[in-house]
Parts: sequence; structure tokens; C-alpha cells
Amino acid sequence: MIRTALTALLSHWLRNPVQLAMLLAGLALATALWSGVQALNAEARAAYATAEGLLSDGGTAQIEHPSGQIDLAQFVALRRAGWQVSPVLEGRAEIGATRVTVLGIEPLTAPAGTGPTLAEPDLEGFFEGLGYAHPQTLREIGPTEMPLAPAEAVPVGTVLVDIRRAQRLLDAGLYITRMTLAQEQPQGLAPLESLAPDLRLVPPGDGAELGGLTASFHLNLTAFGLLAFAVGLFIVHSAVGLAFEQRRAMFRTLRALGLPLRHLTACLATEMVVFALIAGSAGLVLGYALAAALLPDVALTLRGLYGAPVPGALQFNPLWALAGLGMTLAGTGLAGAQALWRLWHMPPLAPARPRAWAMASRRAMRRQGLAALALAAMALGLALWGSGLLAGFALLAAVLLAAALAVPLLLALILRMAERRATTPVAEWFWADSRQNLPRLSLALMALMLALAANIGVGTMVASFRATFIDWLDLRLVAEVNVMPRNSAEAAELQAFLAPRTDAILPMQRIDATLAGQPGQVYAMKDHATFRDNWPLFAPVPDVWDRLAAGEGVLVNEQLYRRAGLRAGSDTLDLPGIGAMPVLGAYPDYGNPLAQAVLALERFNAAYPDTPIRQFAIRTSDAPALIAALQDDFGLPQGQITDQAQAKELSMAIFERTFLITRALNVLTLAVAAVALFAALVTLSGMRLAQLAPLWALGLTARELAALELGRALVLGALTLLLALPVGLALAQVLLAIINVQAFGWRLPLQLFPGDWARLGLWAMLAVLAAAALPAWRLWRRGPSQLLRVFAHER
Amino acid sequence: MIALDIQELSKSFDSVEGRIPVLDSVSLQLQPGQSMALTGESGSGKSTLLHLAAGLEDPDAGQISIAGEALTGLGDTGRAALRRAHIGLIFQQFNLIPSLTVAANLAFQARLAGRHDPARIQTLAERLGLGELLARYPEQLSGGQQQRVAIGRCLAARPALVLADEPTGNLDEATGDSVLDLMLELTEADGVALLLVTHSPRLAARCAARVHLRAGRIGAVP
Amino acid sequence: MNVKLVIPLLLALASPAAPQGFAGLGTSAEGFAIPERGRALSFPEDHGPHPEYRIEWWYLTAVLTGEDGQEYGVQWTLFRSALAPEEAEGWDSPQVWMGHAGLTTREAHFSAERFGRGGIGQAGVETAPFSAWIDDWHMTSRAGDGQDAFDHLEVVARGAEFGFALDFIAEGPLVLQGDQGYSVKSPAGQASYYYSQPFFRVSGTLDLPDGPVTVSGQGWLDREWSSQPLAEDQAGWDWVSLIFEDGHRMMGFQLRGAQTFTAGTWITPEGGATPLPDGAVQFTPLQHTRINGREVPTHWRIDWEDGGLSITTEPLNPHSWMDLSVSYWEGPLRFSGTHSGRGYLEMTGY
Repeated sequence: MIRTALTALLSHWLRNPVQLAMLLAGLALATALWSGVQALNAEARAAYATAEGLLSDGGTAQIEHPSGQIDLAQFVALRRAGWQVSPVLEGRAEIGATRVTVLGIEPLTAPAGTGPTLAEPDLEGFFEGLGYAHPQTLREIGPTEMPLAPAEAVPVGTVLVDIRRAQRLLDAGLYITRMTLAQEQPQGLAPLESLAPDLRLVPPGDGAELGGLTASFHLNLTAFGLLAFAVGLFIVHSAVGLAFEQRRAMFRTLRALGLPLRHLTACLATEMVVFALIAGSAGLVLGYALAAALLPDVALTLRGLYGAPVPGALQFNPLWALAGLGMTLAGTGLAGAQALWRLWHMPPLAPARPRAWAMASRRAMRRQGLAALALAAMALGLALWGSGLLAGFALLAAVLLAAALAVPLLLALILRMAERRATTPVAEWFWADSRQNLPRLSLALMALMLALAANIGVGTMVASFRATFIDWLDLRLVAEVNVMPRNSAEAAELQAFLAPRTDAILPMQRIDATLAGQPGQVYAMKDHATFRDNWPLFAPVPDVWDRLAAGEGVLVNEQLYRRAGLRAGSDTLDLPGIGAMPVLGAYPDYGNPLAQAVLALERFNAAYPDTPIRQFAIRTSDAPALIAALQDDFGLPQGQITDQAQAKELSMAIFERTFLITRALNVLTLAVAAVALFAALVTLSGMRLAQLAPLWALGLTARELAALELGRALVLGALTLLLALPVGLALAQVLLAIINVQAFGWRLPLQLFPGDWARLGLWAMLAVLAAAALPAWRLWRRGPSQLLRVFAHER
Repeated sequence: MIALDIQELSKSFDSVEGRIPVLDSVSLQLQPGQSMALTGESGSGKSTLLHLAAGLEDPDAGQISIAGEALTGLGDTGRAALRRAHIGLIFQQFNLIPSLTVAANLAFQARLAGRHDPARIQTLAERLGLGELLARYPEQLSGGQQQRVAIGRCLAARPALVLADEPTGNLDEATGDSVLDLMLELTEADGVALLLVTHSPRLAARCAARVHLRAGRIGAVP
Repeated sequence: MNVKLVIPLLLALASPAAPQGFAGLGTSAEGFAIPERGRALSFPEDHGPHPEYRIEWWYLTAVLTGEDGQEYGVQWTLFRSALAPEEAEGWDSPQVWMGHAGLTTREAHFSAERFGRGGIGQAGVETAPFSAWIDDWHMTSRAGDGQDAFDHLEVVARGAEFGFALDFIAEGPLVLQGDQGYSVKSPAGQASYYYSQPFFRVSGTLDLPDGPVTVSGQGWLDREWSSQPLAEDQAGWDWVSLIFEDGHRMMGFQLRGAQTFTAGTWITPEGGATPLPDGAVQFTPLQHTRINGREVPTHWRIDWEDGGLSITTEPLNPHSWMDLSVSYWEGPLRFSGTHSGRGYLEMTGY
């Protein structure tokens, strides 16, 4: 009996292959986008874990110096005092064709579990200078004289070597970067403060904030994945709903033949599970391909923005696949729940005729309107009183959902107004009919609205950001040449060499510090017109530059300013070794995840003597000559010199990549929305015949009807676009003023880019046209015979 | 002028058993104000004849002209225009435009044909007993009410010819009779020709003329 | 130290497993100096390191008795292992240092290890004044002018659960093992330089989980360096140092290989040393103890027929297992039979 019933139920799909294709495509697309994003997230997180295990030793405590350098003698002194510490020497160096992070460890003392788990470590080789690197890094390095071996466990962009080799590669003196602390220590150790008061003990996990820093990036991705998933479910919902409507007669017959409702429901549920598994598997393959295609860009973004080493090649994780399938099943359940619920509540002999949609949905419309209002109120509340990134995303979700729910109501309103104004009977019918069919299309239109609003919102946010960023970059990168000394001796030599050849040498020194409870850095700033003239400041105190130069206070970056709620002129900031310093102003500092404070150079060097100079920003009127002199006369390798154009290019490249993935997902979401619309239109076109046939009988040609159908889709699409515009701008405002501030710490002005909207509008209309073309074309070509069948008695 | 002139009309369909002739050289004429019943068994070709007369299908051979205008030889657009101008169609069901009110449905064809006359629609609505129902939508009407709207809509456009295909087939006998009475009365009063396809001899008997189709040919009335 | 790294490391210092002998001590010695018979040892220089030889150790053991009447054993060792026969400054140094410390009670056995690179000062040995150290563990000479550096040593080590600080005061002369310090290790002639100071009086404090214990007793220092002390087929050794109640001392070992090779030294209370040739001393296992899945012979009969010696040994704690990157058995014992006294037993390669 059940098998017979299942055969009967499934025969529907055989007779409606397009519907089946839509259902499967919707599920597959939803799964693909969601699982693709999840794969990206998982890959990145795994990479952070590797990096933290190796680079920052997430599981072990560390000993650091604010300057980032520790005398080797201090390491020996700690060991001689019994402290079980191991030295780490880390820095950047050119190997082969690329710059890598050189990570030098001392394998004899390295605490258990901190080293990468190398499959077959060649320790003799390691002592002799063999380096281990990720296969991808090896490819990037290319041919080199240095002996290197592949090791998946080493983070991308890093070469793991013995400390002796690292010292050579980095041309480092007798110093190290930090120490790792073994978990087991002998009893009765003298405290660190008495042995080395300038060193600080960093508890496990504290030094590694990659996860925290990149959390906002991943939240972003997840939000997009979820949006795309939701849009995909719209497709599923409409396909399942339609199949349910069309099979009403069959359900009635089956029940009349004695199939219990329980079994019928079970059959339908089984059917959905099977579809979910098939489409979900296809979606996983698609999602994996998608993730693999996007990962290189994501990896570059994360490396550029946060310095997080993420490999560009995707690993397959069975857990990920299971989670993806689970999500598909849950989504199918959600999308099909309504149909099953209706089946459960359908009287066995309900009329087979499709219900009067327009009438029945009036009550639903009212409920939807109330829900939209409630969500809008919630959004308002979140905007006024919410705080934190999650509240920001909740606000986003509330705005989007409220807008989506309001879409059918607003469209109905607009269509009613148009209907009132119509003068010809065909126009009147056009508007009335559009309005009447709105409930059937509303889910697809809601999906389209969401995709468009997300596009406009994210596009506006990115474009606003870019405009601000370019202006800011021009001001920030005024130094014509930047030079990186490898060590203090070279810094001194460079300073002497550069002094007679340049207009100004601005040394860059910094220490790591905890600022207002956040990981951050204190920078030294030489009093110079370069900064006075070019640095835009928020809310500076009067004579800010003079007071800064006099060492009376600090400037802080916008991130710190906003997160810590500082106020220039009245608040102070605690600096290590100095104490409270008045905050004199704040400056924008885009692309930096850390808190930052700027102190006058003299004050800095008094407080933190012997801090190495990491970079010189050089003002000169003849940059090419200076670069030539540095290379030829001083003998500085090219890798240590950056000119202004290079720096700008690098910054812009990082910026563009940051949003590449966002935009790619945006486009995909729009594509999914187009598919949703297509699904809705195709399925609708089947039941439209009975509505169109009278008009044909009354003297409208099939071609006219097809044109009107196409026109209707375009009009609805255009109206949806129109509605999406304010929603998108609201979204952009939330992103710029709330999400960005929470996630990155900077607030940007909203700028309008009508050109972008026009382009998006064009794309949206093309998408709608593409979605509506097939049903309209079918109506035009096969119209007469199909329309005639409506009137045939045997129907 | 002859309202409907059909000459030597032939039509056959493709089926799995080969080509099946449905109409074989059928000729008939209908004068303005005349009503004619077209009867026959299922599959005798009466619906096909009506569809051909309405320009909904193309004949294989033969001529059709309506109110003096030749229908055969016209393209889809031309046939639609002719339909708009001169023909009123009434089917067993699916006559009304579901998204429009009764009032809008009544006026629709007249406006399409450019012969909109509110006074006439008002009269027709009263005559058809639709006065109370003007603001309703088709699905809120009973079957009989729906067919009365279809008749009203048809006649409001002042067509030369009304083609009706089992217009009372979905109605009970009493309702069907009253609908048919109205239709006959109004077409006759307006001088409109009526071709009524029906399988019911009782209904056919009420028309002025009667033609019986048997296997695609006009035969003797049984 | 990452265990995944350290085991291969120590093996890499010579390379792996059985065919090459315990901890790789049996591999060939290319580029390294080879001990020569007849070279006279000279002090204080030979107290210090010999970087041109591959391996070297400063090995202290002590049998102790606490105020509480309990018996204890202590081991302090600094191993030197060279990747190349040279010394250099900073990270370039090819010298690798490893410290082992053990403390045995009747109920427990504690052990700890330390690693370090040469050249940077974390570990090493200096002769003037004498000090051997790794991290905070050290063996530092407190000897006065004109005394041998080993006449008075201060020895300190600590692990996570234990520690000790002991004074070693020599009450007799240095003793050269083998042929004037040239100690043959196999029938094929592998040899090392080997001398001892077996006459220490020891006092000091042990730090135990239950608190400090003041102890006193007797100690023994072994110094040995070589580049290849074992033959390739020798998998390990059993070594004893015996302190007789009448003031005599005796050192004996057997190297287990295709043929067992034994050697020993009979030492008078005045320091007169008589080398005992291969086969003179016989080791017979009497009882095994199961430790970490290994059968370790913890009770022995030792016979030296010519000397009229036949004793059986009993360990203070049969589980004196040094569970470290390189693991072995090392602990104090008591012996009885024709003679009685206390001593130390070391067994490797099980």
C-alpha cells in the first residue's frame, strides 16, 4: 500500500520534471552556499589553530619583552635560575622568490606539544639547517639553495628552522624574539619579577588573538552564507508548496482509497528526506568547489588583513559534509513543514480545486504585516539600545526580515494604486491580475528583495569604505621611501647614511602593550610636518601637535577611541611604565585590528629605551636617487626598501581582496534569488493557463499574453528593486555605523553611489528577464493549443 | 448580412491511430437574431466546429466569415481582432477573469471592442439579476451566476455572433433553463446570432434552427 | 622537550636501536678522536670537557641514609654529546648537553632531565674553577687551593617533585680505571678514557614531596669520554659500584653482546687499583622485575673467584627506572654474601 502510494506520489515529479529540477536546484544551491562558506570558515579556523599551536604557542605560556626582543643572555639567565623556557627567534626574511616568516626554535628545549607534528623529522638535518614549510609555501619560494622539506603542519607562509639557522637568515644578533614556557617546572622557582623585571609572562592563549581578530570576518561570511541558504529555501518552499497544491486531488484519492493520513504524511516526509539527501550531496560537491574557488582570495585577505596564515588549498573534512547535509535536512524540514501541516489538517474530501488564493491570503497578509511591524519595532529598539556585534547582526536580521515581510504588502498597495489609475481594460486586468498572483510570487520576490538589498547595502558599504580609505591612504603614505633595518646596528648605520641625503628621517619604533585592556601597540612619533599636516584627527584638543611633541599626552587610533569610549581632553590612557597619559585626540587607522597609541619620540625613548627601530619613513625630493644610493652605496637588499607607490599598491590590493569574497557571495545570492523567481514563475505558469484562457477567448493573442506575462515579471522586479533601495541603504548604514564599529572599531560616513545602483538594477532586470523568459516563451509558442485545452470538455 | 457563413469546412487531428477526420465538408449559415443548436454525440466534432468558428483553431479546408469578414486566411492577430470585434464566446466553465470584479468582467469585452456603454451594462446587469453582485469576484459566485455574468459580458460588447459551448453543462436543470432562457431572449432582442453547442435535445429544441453532426458531417436530426 | 623530537634526536646523535647499541653509543666515530692506550691523563685539564670526542659524562651516585633512618640513593649526571668534533660560540656550537637526576627511596623513584645547547652558556663544564652545569643543576668545586677540584663538590639538582643539594668530600685519591684510565669495552678493542673518585663522604639535604630530609652517606664519581665505547653488537650493559664495609671499593660491568665482555677494578681503601680482566667477574641475574613491559634483572649474583668474592645484590627499590627520553635502570643496592656493603647498579639496553 505504502509502496503504491509512494509510486503515485513520485509519479507527479516525473510528469513535472521542471518542478523537480527546481526543488533539487534550490536545495543544492542553498546547501552549496551555506556549506561552501562553512568550509571556508572551518579551513581558516583550522589554520589559526595550527598557527597558534606553532607561532604563538596557544597551549603554552610565553615570556615576552614589550620591544619584541630579548637578549639571549636573559634566556640563559632564566634557564640557570631553573626556569624551563625555550627560545624562539622569529622574523621576516626573503627565501627564494618570496618573503616568509622565519620561525627559529630550539628543539632540545621546546616544550612538548608546541612543535609541529612532523611525520618524519630529520633532526640531524634540522640541526644542520634543514627548514620545514607548508607545500604551498615551498611552491611560493620556488628554487632556492636552502634545504627545505614539506610539512603540512607548518602554517602557510612560515619556514620552521633551527634557531641557529634562523639567526643566520634574519641576520640577528644575540637576541631572541620570545620564550615559550614548559608546562612542567621545577619546584621552588624564583619569581620572574625578581629575575627579569622587564620581561612579562603571557598566559596560554593570550598572545594568540587570531581567532578573536578574525571572528568578525567569519561572522560576516556566516551571515552571508545563512542569507544565501534562506534564499535557497525560498525556492524549496515554493516548489514543495506547489507540488502539494497540485497533488491535492491525489492525496484525496489516496485517502479515499484507505491510506491512513499518518502513512501519507510519512510518505511525503520520506520523499522530502530523499530529495534533501540527493540535492544535499550535490550541494556539498558544489559547495566544496565554491569554497575551493574562493579560498585563495579568502586566504590572501586573512593574511593581508590579520596576518593569519591560511593555506590556499582546501582539505576535505567529513564532519563538514555531515553538518552540511544536516543543515539541508533541517532546511527542507523547515520549507516543507507548512505543506505537511496543511496535509495533516486537510479534510479527506476537501475540494480538489485550488483554493482561492487572494481571498484566503488576506488574513495571512494581515498577520505578515503585523510581524513586519513587530520586527521593525525590534530593529528600532536594537538600533537605539543594542550593543555588541551580535546585537548589530540581530539588527541587520530584523531590518531585512521586516522589509522582506513588508514586500508583498507594499507591492499589493502599489499595484492597487496602479489598478485604480488604469484606463484600458487590459491594463486594469494586468494590475488586478498581478495583485491577485502576488501571494504565489511573494516568497520569490521577498528573496529577490533580500538579495538586492544585501547587494545595495554591502556595495554601498564597500564603496563608501573604499572612498574613505583611498583619501586616508593618500594622507597616510606621504613618506616617499620606507626602509626596514634588519637590526640595531644596521639601523644606526642607515641613520648615519641617510641623514645627509634626505629631508627627514622618521624612525618607526613600537612596543607591544595592553591598552585599556585590549591588545595593542604604542608607537613613537617624531614631531614633523609630515604628521602635523597630513594626519586627520577627530576631536583634537587645542594645540594637539604641540602638546603631543611636548610629551604631554597621547593620540589614540579610532579603534581604541571607540572601543574604550575615550574622550579627548578629559580621559587618560594607562601606558606601561608611564602611567596615565591624557588623550589628546584620535586618528583613523583602517585595516588595523589592534589598539594603538602614539607618543612623542623623545618621551617614548625615555620610557622604553633600546627599542629597536623597525622602519624609517623617509622624506626626500628624489626618491629614485635615494633608492639607488641605498642599494648601490649602502648595499641594502631591495626587499628592505619600499617606495610609496609600492606601499599604496599593497594596501589597495589588501583592501580589494578584503571584500572580494563578500562581493562574490553577493553575486551568488542574487543568482540564487533569480533562480527562486524562475522556479516560482515556471511553477506558476502551469496554473496560469486557466486564468489566461478567457482573455485569449476574448481576443488577446498568445503573443500579447506572453508579452504581458514578461512585463508583469519586469514590473514586479522593478518595484522590488525600488523597495530594496531604501532597505539596502538602511543596511549600509547599519554596516557602517554599527557592525564596522563593533567588528573593526572604525565608523565611516555613508556615501551614495547611484551609478552602482543603476548597474545593479540592470543586472537585476536581466536576472528577472532571464527568470521570466522561459515561461513567457512557452506561453507564446505553445499557447493556443494549451489555452484551448482549458475549454475542452475532457479536461 | 450573414452573421456566420461556413463553407465546406474540414478538420482532422493527428492521433496515435493516424489522421482522424473530425469535420468533413461542413457548411452552414446563421442570420442575425437567429439561434441555432448544434447537436451530436461526444466526438462528433461539434466543439471543434465552434472553436473553428471562433478562430481559436485553424481549419484544414473551407471558408468561414463572420459579419461579412473572412476569418479563414487571417493570422493569429487578425483572428484575435475579429474575435474581439464580433464574437462572444461562452464556455461550460472558465469564462470569467478571476482577478476582476463582476462589474469589470461585464465591461471588459465591450471596452476591448471599443463599444463601452455603461447604461447598457447597467440594463444588462439588472436584466440578468446581477445588480447585487457587481462588486464581487467570480469565485464568490455560484455557477449559474457566473454564466449569467458571461452572457452579460458577451452581449455588452454587442457582438454579431455568440458562440456557446455547453453553457449550461455545469448547472442543474432549473438554473440551466433559466440561463438559456435569458440567453435566447437577449440575443434575439439584440439581433445577435447564436450558435449553441449542446448534447441535450431538450435544449436544442428551444432554438430556432437545429443542426446535427454525425461523424463530422451534418446529418438528419434524430 | 617535544618527545616526538627528542627520541629521534638522541638517536640522530648516533642513530637508532639495537644493532648500534644502547642510545647509539655503538656507531662509528668519523672525524672524532679515538682513545689511545698509554696516554696519561692529566688533571685538572681532564676534569673538563673533551669536545673532540663524541660522548662524555660526569656521573655521580651516592648511597645515603637519612636522619629518619631511611635509605636513599641519588644520581646526578651530565652527558655531553657532540654533533661535530669541535666547539664554537653561540648557536653554532655542535655540543649538546643532557642532564639526568635521580632520587630513589624505598617506595619511590624520582627522575628528571634537562637539555641544552653548548655555546650560549646554558650548559657546559669549566675547569678553572671547576663547574659542570645545565640550567640550575650544577656540580661545582669547593676545593681549596692545592686540592684536586673533585676533592670537594657541591651538587644540586631539582625536578618538579624533588631536589637535592649535597656536599661531596673526597676521602681518597682519584682512581684510574682499566689500563691507567684506558678502559676496554669489547673484545674488538673499543675503549674509553675512564677514571673515578670512589671515596666521597656525602652530606646534605634531599627535598622530597613530604619535606626535606638531612642525609649523609658515601658517593662515587665516574668520568668517562670516548667516541665509540661499545661494539656494534653490544646492546647494553650492567654496571655496579660497590662500597665494602671494610673500606674497599669495586667497580664491575658486563657488556652484553654476541659475547659478554666483563671488566672491573678492585680498589683498596688507600686507592690502589687492580684491573680485573674480561671474564674475571661474573654476573648472574637472580630475579627479574617487570617495569613498563620490560623484564629487568634487578637482583644479581656477582662472583670474582680469584678474589674469593661471591655476593648477591638487592636493590633498595626494584623500580628505580629512569623514565626519561633515554631510559634505563639506576638505583642503590645492598649486597651480602662473602662480603657486604652498599652500592649502585646501572642497567641499560633493556
